[in-house]
Amino acid sequence: MSATRETERYTVADKAKWSVWSIFQTWEVILLTLLVFVFIVNSNTSPYFLNTYNLADATFNFSEKAIIALPMALVIIMRDIDISVASIIALCSMLMGLGAEAGIGVPGLIMIGLAGGVAAGMFNGFLVTGLGLPAIVVTIGTFTLFRGIAYVVLGDGAVTTYPAGLRFFGQGYVFGIIPFEFILFLLLAMVFGVLLHFTVIGRRIYAIGNNPIAARFTGIAVNRYRFVAFCLVGMMAGLAAVLLTSRIGSTRPNIALGWELEIITMVVLGGVNILGGSGTIPGVVIAVLLVGMVTFGFGLLNIPGIIMTVFIGSLLIITISIPILVQRLRDRARLRAQQAEVGTD
Amino acid sequence: MVRETAPKPVILEVNGLSKQFPGVKALDDVSLTVRAGEVMALVGENGAGKSTIVKILTGIYKPDGGSIKVDGTSVNFVRPSDSWLAGISAIHQETSVFEELTVAENIFMGHQPTKPRVPLIDWRDMHQRAQEILDRMDVPISTRALVRDLSVAQRHILGVAKALSHDAQVVIMDEPSASLSRREIEQLMVIVRQLRDEGKGVIFISHKFDEIFEIADRYTVLRDGELVGDGDISDVNQDDLVKLMVGRSLDEVFPKVDVPIGEVVFSVDGFTHDTEFDDISFTLRKGEILGFYGLVGAGRSELMQAIFGITHPRSGTLVLDGVQVKIDSPVEAMRAGLAYVPEDRQHQGAILPMSIRKNMTLPLIEQLSHRGFLNRRKQLGATKEMGARLSVKAAHWDQQVEDLSGGNQQKVVIGKWLATRPRIIILDEPTKGIDIGSKAAVHEFMGELVAQGLSVILVSSELEEVRGMADRVIVMHEGRIRGEFNRRDATPENIVSVASGLELAA
Repeated sequence: MSATRETERYTVADKAKWSVWSIFQTWEVILLTLLVFVFIVNSNTSPYFLNTYNLADATFNFSEKAIIALPMALVIIMRDIDISVASIIALCSMLMGLGAEAGIGVPGLIMIGLAGGVAAGMFNGFLVTGLGLPAIVVTIGTFTLFRGIAYVVLGDGAVTTYPAGLRFFGQGYVFGIIPFEFILFLLLAMVFGVLLHFTVIGRRIYAIGNNPIAARFTGIAVNRYRFVAFCLVGMMAGLAAVLLTSRIGSTRPNIALGWELEIITMVVLGGVNILGGSGTIPGVVIAVLLVGMVTFGFGLLNIPGIIMTVFIGSLLIITISIPILVQRLRDRARLRAQQAEVGTD
Repeated sequence: MVRETAPKPVILEVNGLSKQFPGVKALDDVSLTVRAGEVMALVGENGAGKSTIVKILTGIYKPDGGSIKVDGTSVNFVRPSDSWLAGISAIHQETSVFEELTVAENIFMGHQPTKPRVPLIDWRDMHQRAQEILDRMDVPISTRALVRDLSVAQRHILGVAKALSHDAQVVIMDEPSASLSRREIEQLMVIVRQLRDEGKGVIFISHKFDEIFEIADRYTVLRDGELVGDGDISDVNQDDLVKLMVGRSLDEVFPKVDVPIGEVVFSVDGFTHDTEFDDISFTLRKGEILGFYGLVGAGRSELMQAIFGITHPRSGTLVLDGVQVKIDSPVEAMRAGLAYVPEDRQHQGAILPMSIRKNMTLPLIEQLSHRGFLNRRKQLGATKEMGARLSVKAAHWDQQVEDLSGGNQQKVVIGKWLATRPRIIILDEPTKGIDIGSKAAVHEFMGELVAQGLSVILVSSELEEVRGMADRVIVMHEGRIRGEFNRRDATPENIVSVASGLELAA
């Protein structure tokens, strides 16, 4: 039969040739190198940096955002985006505040936070997949809408009467030293990592992100996946609302203001292509730690927050350009090598 | 028109052109000439180097070696404007136009006539000159019409007008008829003849042999970046050209095998869609290749997508093995034993940035997993099996599909669907834009499929393909079935006249 003839003539390897260089080229390793660099610089400039208690407490700064970054990565990989996450936090925190004032207990408040988040996510997801509107437009709309509701309900006021039992989630420690929030983030990172990288669902998410039409033609329920991803982002934003409300013990309508851009920055810095199709959870986790450690180091050195934003912006541009520049140099080298070969013919 | 017999003057002379790209020698010592008042057909498979020549002649690429002479003077193109200043103009496959601008603005883009001494566009002069050019070609398009509102054919005519506005001596037409209807092609041919009669040299690139034999005076054949033959078109026939292009004959491109045709396995009854197709009924038998021929826009792909559950018809029924089935989604179609290899390989078929393995295993990923967790070994096994069956050529199975040639990409897409073990496979333009070698392989494979008892629906706009491969040909026109021919009656005349709507009454 012709097939056997062809296979004899032509052998296809199982996988690409492994090379050390290819490992060093991955985004995760570049980020990891940067993280080590930041560690070294920080520990040399401040004597307080390499202190276990300080380091552990520094995670409070980013854990809530990091938890939202995980499902956000899935949404962006599928070519969508959710700008409304920080507003969902405000909405959920407001709902929890109303609940607390009505005397609802801790489990009830957590349920309110999560359910509010899921409902907001479903609303976004319905507008995007049900009505076929662009995600960026929809979530810019709900970005104003959700926080607007919080402003209308709370006005100038604030809710500060939360039950003592809620404190643990945002202020508690596990093993006496590691913040509960951070442990929760690591656990969720594992869940999302396994989901995206080891399951059928993850494979389909990448398929949708790389070619939604071909994915649909292949029998993948593209819109169902996108809808669920929006619900997941909403739910994690609800969870973040629970943690944040517990941590600061109060709700104001301007809670978590501007977080959406920090979260999206973490995701993109983590190597998730803003146009969809590629990115990994480990990358996002390293990016989260990198941003967290830089913020912490700057804080120790009393560098103002404005400088911090300048630094993160530059970091984002540099990390995005490095792989592209490296690729360009390698292409050029390859071309030169080939031309040299032709010349000796 | 009386044709001169004396040798016409050479206006374009290309000598020893070479161009190297990473990993491929695109052109190797290629020479060709174009004479005034002559149409020269440049033929070759995809990747033979035709586009590279065009890009060098239009100043987009710089050659590594060789020389170009226009009207006897050596030229060196540094940028695209050098090329049209020298008198060479190209009409590209995908004509680049500015949709929101007028016809006149498009024609004179980059060299708008200006008022004397002031850098302002002379609109009156521009429209007047545009009108003169359009009049010369005898086409009734307003110079003030927005290009957005033009048809594909009119856009090609606009491309020709643009070339004329440069006062081009050499006009390059890169597959100008690829997306045109029969009548529009006729119009285009008239214009090509006019250019020729005005003494221009035309380089005509096409995959369609009937056009080449209709219009060309001479031919130049490229294969793998090398010149393999040239001469007068009257000295060769289609078989000779194909042999030059690929080193194999027509019979080898359409290796039709005779398979006993069995009972009816699938029938479509009264399929109707609001806008795309109307009252479609047909049957498909075991071991049969059923061809669907029609012009672009006849509604064939839309029909197939509705059968496969991607879109939903307003009414109509599907019967599989005598049992009526309802297919509302691709998943249900797959379960029913259908597979659909879509027309647009790059957008609907393959997921280009993903690997061969991930593409091939995507429809079956659940079966190749363990409780929802991916299993690399199972995937690799399935990929190797299908890959070998279709003789996919790649470095390794984790190679991205976008790095493969068009033919191998198509093999991956077909493989991905065959892995679902369908009983009926719909191939929508399976060999569009792939080289003849891969084309022959796909056709050979279709024969293997029907020999195994599958049934194939072959949608194709290529007459030779449906005639060469199908047992029965259904011809569609404007969303309706207008004719059905068995293999013996499927002559080009019969098929084309029905497809173009000429025999509506019959």
